[in-house]
Amino acid sequence: MSVAVVRFPGTLDHVSALAAVTGIGGQAQYAWHADDELPQGTSAVLLPGGFSYGDHLRPGAIASRSPIMAAVRRHAEAGGRVLGICNGFQMLCESGLLPGALIDNDSLSFICHQADLEVVDDSTPWTGDAGAGDTLSIPIKHHGGAWFGDAEAARVVLRYHGENPNGSVERVAGLANATGNVMGLMPHPEEACDPLLGSTDGRALVKGLVA
Amino acid sequence: MSEEALHRQLGLTDDEFAHIPELLGRDPNEPELVMFSLMWSEHCSYKHSRKLLRRFPVESDRVLQGPGENAGVIDIGAGWGLSLKIESHNHPSAVEPFEGAATGVGGIVRDILAMGSRPIALLDSLRFGELESSRSKHLFTRAVEGIGHYGNCIGVPTVGGEVSFDERYEDSCLVNAMCVGLVRADRILRAAAEGPGNAVVLIGNRTGRDGIGGASVLASAELSEDEDRRPSVQVSDPFTERKLMDCCLEIADEGLFVALQDLGAAGLTSSASEMAAKGGVGLDIDLDLVPLRETGMAAAEILVSESQERMLGVVLPRDVERVIAICERWDLDATRIGTVTESPNLVARMGGEAVVDLPAGLLADEAPLYDVPVEPQPISAPLGPEELPSEPVDLRATWLEMMGRPNLGSRRWIYEQYDHLVGANTVVRPGGDAAVVRLPDGIGGVAITTDCAEVHCELAPREGGMATVFEAARNLAVVGARPLAATDCLNFPNPEKGPTGWRLTEVIEGMSQALEALEVPVVSGNVSLYNESAARRIYPTPVVGMVGSVDPEKALGHAFQGDGDAVVLIGYGPRRLDGSEYLGARGCPPAPDVASEIALNGLLVEANDSGLLKSAHDVAAGGFAVALAECGMPGDLGATVELDTRSRADEALFGEGSGWVLASCSSENLARLTALAPPEVAVRHVGQTGGDQVKIGLPASTVSASVTELAAAYEAAIPGALNEH
Repeated sequence: MSVAVVRFPGTLDHVSALAAVTGIGGQAQYAWHADDELPQGTSAVLLPGGFSYGDHLRPGAIASRSPIMAAVRRHAEAGGRVLGICNGFQMLCESGLLPGALIDNDSLSFICHQADLEVVDDSTPWTGDAGAGDTLSIPIKHHGGAWFGDAEAARVVLRYHGENPNGSVERVAGLANATGNVMGLMPHPEEACDPLLGSTDGRALVKGLVA
Repeated sequence: MSEEALHRQLGLTDDEFAHIPELLGRDPNEPELVMFSLMWSEHCSYKHSRKLLRRFPVESDRVLQGPGENAGVIDIGAGWGLSLKIESHNHPSAVEPFEGAATGVGGIVRDILAMGSRPIALLDSLRFGELESSRSKHLFTRAVEGIGHYGNCIGVPTVGGEVSFDERYEDSCLVNAMCVGLVRADRILRAAAEGPGNAVVLIGNRTGRDGIGGASVLASAELSEDEDRRPSVQVSDPFTERKLMDCCLEIADEGLFVALQDLGAAGLTSSASEMAAKGGVGLDIDLDLVPLRETGMAAAEILVSESQERMLGVVLPRDVERVIAICERWDLDATRIGTVTESPNLVARMGGEAVVDLPAGLLADEAPLYDVPVEPQPISAPLGPEELPSEPVDLRATWLEMMGRPNLGSRRWIYEQYDHLVGANTVVRPGGDAAVVRLPDGIGGVAITTDCAEVHCELAPREGGMATVFEAARNLAVVGARPLAATDCLNFPNPEKGPTGWRLTEVIEGMSQALEALEVPVVSGNVSLYNESAARRIYPTPVVGMVGSVDPEKALGHAFQGDGDAVVLIGYGPRRLDGSEYLGARGCPPAPDVASEIALNGLLVEANDSGLLKSAHDVAAGGFAVALAECGMPGDLGATVELDTRSRADEALFGEGSGWVLASCSSENLARLTALAPPEVAVRHVGQTGGDQVKIGLPASTVSASVTELAAAYEAAIPGALNEH
């Protein structure tokens, strides 16, 4: 039973993502983009943030076609849990495991700051004890984080509270597939798991991988 | 073109050109002449500053590597070293700000990487002309984008820095980048090649024609408007840099590097000659093996190309295969291009023929050194009462106007474009005095700052140099950190003209005195000269980057924490309008007092260690009134204070002087804090936190503004200036 944290060339957040999993008592190991299979004993998959393949073509586009993603798809289709954070969310949308697409922020600038997220759907495994309407404080840091798609049809889990920081349709910050086992979000829960860094609200999402 | 014209075109003087055959015993051929011109440029050889730099204190028990390597390293305990270095990329950024600033970040990161260190934090010190200028707007916005583009993509948090805007930087903007890295003390890599027979491996990007002549014609001469030097600016590829980092650190972890060096200014020429000269060996390189981006490159072009994201490693012959395999796993080119030799010569071959064959030390170590003219100049005198403008009628309006100046307003527009959190170790975020980054394995944290008191350096260079160092140390002290080491980037105008040589000497003297008093060694640095045009000469701008040790659990911020806390003004000496942001570069700011500065920092660190402080903030540009507002805004907390002063109101509110800190503590701890104060330092209880107004009572009047309106002015400062057409 272990969380596979997938590394692509240009992945940046694998160390903090792995630490977030082990920090809540889970086990984790790295998986490699060029491999055809997830590591033995993989119980859930975490696609961490970064600039996989330098964001060439489109963020997440090349990663979504890499060998390991076929294995991630099989894992997801068998009901296994997958969490995509930031670039990982972009990969999940590019690979069709989640609906919609992520486009450039409406400011056309990179943005990095703490954000309040409102829990919209509390029935997935990804928000722990938080109820609908509760807010989570988790940082965002992205250039292409505006979700574009049919928000009515999507299972929106998290929405930006207050001002829309990037122009996302319906202020969507994170969403799950219909069955709830695949979740993607632009905010970085792995950077909100330690009181020293100001918030532990990210733990709920990370716990979704090991619960 | 005559031979003489060529050497001048390359930036060599007639005397330097004449000196080459004396050293070499023959005339240099063309590729060799090109190599000499770059290695003997100011940028590579420090020929106008090297003698002066010997003044800096460089020794301490903690120093694992001092100046002379790609970066300095200090011991931070538990078997870990912290590497640090700051470097300029001013001239490229003035020509093409996005790529110039981006490649500046890339270069400093590779310097840290070359020590075998993992980069953990970046800072940027920036200077531009006033934002009314459309040129400065363009340079500033594109440089910030370039820094963000590179830093964000390589996953190293940009945690701090500083910026100011002044007409003096209109023609010569400054872009200085600092990087801090972490390395096991017994795994520090160095540049000295050794072991004849060992392989020389080039790792990373392919070599193209970009950046040719960057170090000489671009970085070592004044810029003039009519010249298009864009071909001399390098092009950035941060994705490759990230792979280069991951890959080189993996190779270093396996202990496979004998030596490592990045390819920066002057490309392969400087890397190869410095690695050979430092190791007292030679290198024999086959240019036909260098992977190229384009066809038909001449030997000289391959030798001096400044294509980015390349490293040169020396490895044992038996390890070459393993090193190349690791690079292939990261989709990086790695090619054995040569061999370490016993002869001291750098040999470069093309088509089987030696096109370059000369002692490496001639390039790396034998550049002529020059004395700069140092005729003493009069120091600006303090302004008398009759020289000051009349006091403003509406102090509140002046205060709000000051809060909205780009030089004093919020830096949020900048740092929110940078990923300052990646790695999940940023404990104190940008926007305050020093950033604090947590270190692994429970070894604590590092506080990092960059500072410069350039106006002070212009008006009184020695005291300005001291003020610069003390400001950096104070910015560490207010987060609770003890200073460990410094790196410096001396940005100056042309040292051969006017008072610059003297100012350079004086600034270095002042900095050195302050550093000695603090027992802080300089472990690395960089010099950028010729930052002037026909119309404008920059202020002497000696940027200091300083690191200190701090317990991250105790790291202090600048924001007031709650209602009813005591507001305390701690410091010594006068605060005057001379040289202040309020008045401009006139008069003479108060000189720092060495003993008082040390006592002040000691008090702050001790008080914080004892848990007495809730916040602390350096009273810097903008004076008391701006500092007080800055403490209140993050927590949306007002304060009511009384200043018992005989100064004029504007001086009390906006006067500046080294050595003042605005702190807060619970009322129960006030007596203990006061009792801790050494005789040099005054601890004055000036008021209480609370409410939604910031009220400053003066003997003759009270000035008041709401936190909301102060914050509105503060937050609009930079975006507002950029949106004005």
